[in-house]
Amino acid sequence: MENPILHALFGRLTFDAFPIHEPILVATFIVVALGGAATLGAITYYRLWGYLWSEWFTSVDHKRIGVMYLALGFIMLLRGFADALMMRLQQALAFNGSQGYLPAHHFDQVFTAHGVIMIFFVAMPFVTGLMNFVVPLQIGARDVSFPFLNNFSFWMTAAGAVTVMLSLFVGEFARTGWLAFPPLSESAYSPDVGVDYYIWGLQVAGLGTLLSGVNLVATIVKMRAPGMTMMRMPIFTWTALCTNILIVAAFPVLTAVLAMLSLDRYLGTDFFTNDFGGNPMMYVNLIWIWGHPEVYILILPLFGVFSEVTATFSGKRLFGYTSMVYATVVITILSYLVWLHHFFTMGSGASVNSFFGITTMVISIPTGAKMFNWLFTMYHGRIRFELPMMWTIAFMLTFVIGGMTGVLLAVPPADFVLHNSLFLVAHFHNVIISGVVFGSFAGIAYWFPKAFGFKLDPFWGKLSFWFWVVGFYFAFMPLYVLGLMGVTRRMRVFDDPSLQIWFVIAAVGAGMIAIGIACSLIQIVVSIRNREALADLTGDPWDARTLEWSTSSPPPSYNFAFTPIVYDTDAWQDMKERGYVRPISGFKPIHLPKNTGVGVILGVLSVIFAFAMVWWIWWLAALSFASMLATAIAHTFNYHRNFHLAADVVARTEGERTRLLLQRS
Amino acid sequence: MTDAHLDHEASHATETSIHATLSGYLTGFALSIALTAIPFWLVMRGGLDNKQATALVVVGFAFVQIVVHMLYFLHMDAKSEGGWTLMALIFTLVLLAIALSGTLWVMYHLDVNMMPGMQNMIHKP
Repeated sequence: MENPILHALFGRLTFDAFPIHEPILVATFIVVALGGAATLGAITYYRLWGYLWSEWFTSVDHKRIGVMYLALGFIMLLRGFADALMMRLQQALAFNGSQGYLPAHHFDQVFTAHGVIMIFFVAMPFVTGLMNFVVPLQIGARDVSFPFLNNFSFWMTAAGAVTVMLSLFVGEFARTGWLAFPPLSESAYSPDVGVDYYIWGLQVAGLGTLLSGVNLVATIVKMRAPGMTMMRMPIFTWTALCTNILIVAAFPVLTAVLAMLSLDRYLGTDFFTNDFGGNPMMYVNLIWIWGHPEVYILILPLFGVFSEVTATFSGKRLFGYTSMVYATVVITILSYLVWLHHFFTMGSGASVNSFFGITTMVISIPTGAKMFNWLFTMYHGRIRFELPMMWTIAFMLTFVIGGMTGVLLAVPPADFVLHNSLFLVAHFHNVIISGVVFGSFAGIAYWFPKAFGFKLDPFWGKLSFWFWVVGFYFAFMPLYVLGLMGVTRRMRVFDDPSLQIWFVIAAVGAGMIAIGIACSLIQIVVSIRNREALADLTGDPWDARTLEWSTSSPPPSYNFAFTPIVYDTDAWQDMKERGYVRPISGFKPIHLPKNTGVGVILGVLSVIFAFAMVWWIWWLAALSFASMLATAIAHTFNYHRNFHLAADVVARTEGERTRLLLQRS
Repeated sequence: MTDAHLDHEASHATETSIHATLSGYLTGFALSIALTAIPFWLVMRGGLDNKQATALVVVGFAFVQIVVHMLYFLHMDAKSEGGWTLMALIFTLVLLAIALSGTLWVMYHLDVNMMPGMQNMIHKP
């Protein structure tokens, strides 16, 4: 029997929780610890802590927060991709009686962590980061509606990511697959801490996502520049609006269903258990009511990115703006009508399955309309094959394949054959990688000069592009073949030696993608070193069409010295055509929000809270939760939240820009 | 125009809606107390003769309660926020209808198709 005092102090956390007996995890820990120590040491050596704290961590500037989201996404991409490489290697090795190198309980954690991290902590930060950075600039606003809330949302997302990362070295992660279906995720079958890490990581991050959704909806609805009617909004802002409405409507469902699962696990209720009236199918039903809109939450803003990129690099107005808006809105509504296609095989009757099969096929119509709009925008355009445009074309070619296999899966009888197979895995990677990942890269390459004042190096960018695109086809086309042959997903070892060649090809593809990721890291370093040569002094390096390009690169903290007035959909293009003259006098003081560290404090407290809940350290959970409430309430009494940027500071900043513009011409 | 964005929260508070008065809040408060007390009393005295009727009456009171809250506390009407409030409400109702009716339909089907087998398994010796 264990010591009751230790039990009260540390809950179920014991020395056994530290995986010192697993060589792979110990090696990972050493690498992470060395890398982390090197990073922290470098920050200390260059005395960057004060700068990072006051200019970034506590910043309420939407541009800084957007960049931090993207940085978080990139860091987590490295973790999620490391999981992917481990799986590909394991599956390529585990033939002919070999067990591979990953024990079963580790392999199960790896595929769960890969899915969770890639969706919640890579794709979501990429999407939220782009929206945060771009939307206020595109609508001519100075910041989002609630700047502090924005900072808080970011730190909640980061806190969720930290919670999930903690599971790597303290205890373990869920072994249930990325949606943690019961009854497997119930305490009867997963008594350890893995599912609890999953629950609390997602609850914390989900709160951040929900609040940032509220924030961006309010921003888009209330803070557009004068003259920007709904039908003059840039298409990226339209897609951001629809995505955030989806977030606000869908994420509470996730919160509720995870709350019910945690009640089952912590208090012994029976929502989703096998006995006492519980129904695991209800969990599957509810989580996909969130899960399918989530797919469109991820892809819609990237459709917006592709629209902006196509119009800019074709030198033409976007073809069919109105149809694009309606397609986006129709997708928003339809995304709520298809969730059952994720569990056709669960036993519903023919009427249910055919209804959801048909709605699923219907949703491909507005998506197809978008595809044609992009093609017609390119038609007769003067296309410049810069990096963002290359990602867009790769997207169009690849996404259509993923869309077609999606329509295949939407046919219920076909789904009975393909359900849970590698065909499905290939399908959703096909759409998510080509749509969300390529789209994020297109958006990053497109808006990078706006954020930092210099373009990304094209050579390393193109190298990264080709390794990613070719690597993608090598990695996932074999999985379509394997899926058609009936191989199910999440298998650790295989009996049939004839399958091995396909897994080897897929592993080679994953290796190529790894080179692609390395190239994009090199690209960032090279671009920073060559920033003088790559500098953008005009603020409009691509000859683009929307308002964010009318201000300097990087934009001043107040974005626009004077709020622009909008007369056309492509406001900046319209201003350029009408010979817009930049005002160089008459500046007024600008009202701006002050930085605050409360978001960071709340984020740290929620990591402590999540950790305490996972390990049943009740006193710490109560203490950290009370501290969170106290900090939040105390913050409401802070009345000194704003300041006025003096007119002469604005005049100096704008004067510097005038000088740069003159110097260039 | 320069300060419009950040001051907009402040200007929001001064915006007067038709119900945002003390009497409006008191009316809403009285109505919601009544709408809570009546079903509570009904259940405490043992309910109506028919159980289903009792449940329906209680749910009916709950719906009226929701409407009272929306009108008197959230000040929702067709014109507030330039129609956005109404639109958001309709959108929410559509989604709720889809999610609830869809869930009932799906779970009913699953029950009919899957549960007989489950029952047999449970009752096996």
